[in-house]
Amino acid sequence: MSDLASAAVERVYREHRTRMLAALVRALGDFELAEDALQEACSQALRKWPRSQVPDDPFAWLLTVARNHALDRLRHAQMARTKLPEPPAPATMTEKQLIDLGDERLSLIFTCCHPALNEEARLALTLQAVAGFTAAQIARTFLVAEPALAQRLVRAKRKIRDAGITFEVPADHLLPERRQGVLTVIYLIFTRGYTTADADLRHEALRLGKLVAALMPDEPEAHGLVALMLLHDSRSAARMTPEGDVVLLDEQDRTLWDVEEIAEGMTLLDRALRFGTAGPYVLHAVIAALHVQDPVDWTRITALYAELLAVAPTPVIELNHAVAVAMADGPDAGLKLIDGITGLDDYHLLHSARADLLRRLDRRDDAVAAYRRAHELAVSPADRRFLAGRLHSLEDS
Amino acid sequence: MHYMFLIYNCEDRPAHGDPRFEEILKRVNAFADECRNRGVFVAGDPLKPVSTATTVRVKEGKAVLTDGPFAETHEHLGGYYLLNCRDLDEALELAEMIPQAQFGATIEVRPVDHIPGLNHGVA
Repeated sequence: MSDLASAAVERVYREHRTRMLAALVRALGDFELAEDALQEACSQALRKWPRSQVPDDPFAWLLTVARNHALDRLRHAQMARTKLPEPPAPATMTEKQLIDLGDERLSLIFTCCHPALNEEARLALTLQAVAGFTAAQIARTFLVAEPALAQRLVRAKRKIRDAGITFEVPADHLLPERRQGVLTVIYLIFTRGYTTADADLRHEALRLGKLVAALMPDEPEAHGLVALMLLHDSRSAARMTPEGDVVLLDEQDRTLWDVEEIAEGMTLLDRALRFGTAGPYVLHAVIAALHVQDPVDWTRITALYAELLAVAPTPVIELNHAVAVAMADGPDAGLKLIDGITGLDDYHLLHSARADLLRRLDRRDDAVAAYRRAHELAVSPADRRFLAGRLHSLEDS
Repeated sequence: MHYMFLIYNCEDRPAHGDPRFEEILKRVNAFADECRNRGVFVAGDPLKPVSTATTVRVKEGKAVLTDGPFAETHEHLGGYYLLNCRDLDEALELAEMIPQAQFGATIEVRPVDHIPGLNHGVA
């Protein structure tokens, strides 16, 4: 019975944690209080359910216990102090209203990604509140000390409470920008998982993306983002050797690509394209889809990067555009574009792309110099090994 | 919720008679109208330049005066608004509309705190 009860608690928690937390934040207006209350309700369930019965509606049981616990704490805090100028928000929501609340997860996501929070706080908070990561896990992911990360989370939660960041899906006139902000947070989580070869993190980003796409079914960019992440993720097994060395696209073993992810990505991309207008994530996803075709259509990729440059110009996209031009029209044309890019002097991929084009143009000394610069700037061990390898083979030739 | 809008870095205020003066005045007044129409306006004022500032510290029971502002920075407080907004989103939306922000000023938005027992009512 005891095992059954704890399995029941665990199941409800795993399946409904985000939803319960969202409802409690809505009811209590305070992240920290909501989290503590949910923890307390779970430990009460672990103590009580084995002795009595698992309740018919464990979701409602946990929410009710959590809310009552939070109300008790607020009452104690109030008795300890003089009267608050405003009655605390929780008093305004009945137990029934709390349980009947609709799905508040979207409000939770928008609140975690509010632009008044700094980007690091947005990422950490989304991973904790929406994805259910522990502070220790998030600290490991971002290579920061756990106390610093915990502090970051506390600060963000208190700012939400004290600065009047509302727990809501933003008003219509703010929605497009905020939606883009939410997608950016999810994509940053994914790219973190991509560059550190952390499959769990990538899959969490995919899960978050799918959740957002399900909650905003009419937003093509949400589907575009999920498609983009699936298409990138599908090549994970092929883009590194078992020893952790980089394998370039045209040298990858295509049998290692995940065909199911590719198919799922393509289906989602089709759905996104049917909306008619293509935003940046949809365009990126189309480009990723063209990369898994054989042969790769570099002329179309060039045109798509040009389109991206028109809607969301960044130096990194300029670089990708230049590389695509080099593939479509030859290294000379690509090199001219790369040399016109400003603001990426410290970006190792600019120098490695440049080095590769110089190598193809038989400008050996220039290529060596560019590979050296790229090697100096690269951080990940895999990138450094790859660039060192290129450098050696060029110096030996 | 009351929010304080601290307007930094707007020392370059055109003088009366400067052709820009009328233009800016019109925009500042239009902003105040917008605030009143929304029912959020509580207060708002420009401050005289930081050259007029006197800083007071109390050390060992005695006031120590410094001729000048508190912090030696380039960004000085030039004025403020106190607005009663629905939430931070409305406050940030209004901050963006503050005319000085269009001329390079930086706006710091801070919620006003509530301290139980604090009696700051007008007599």
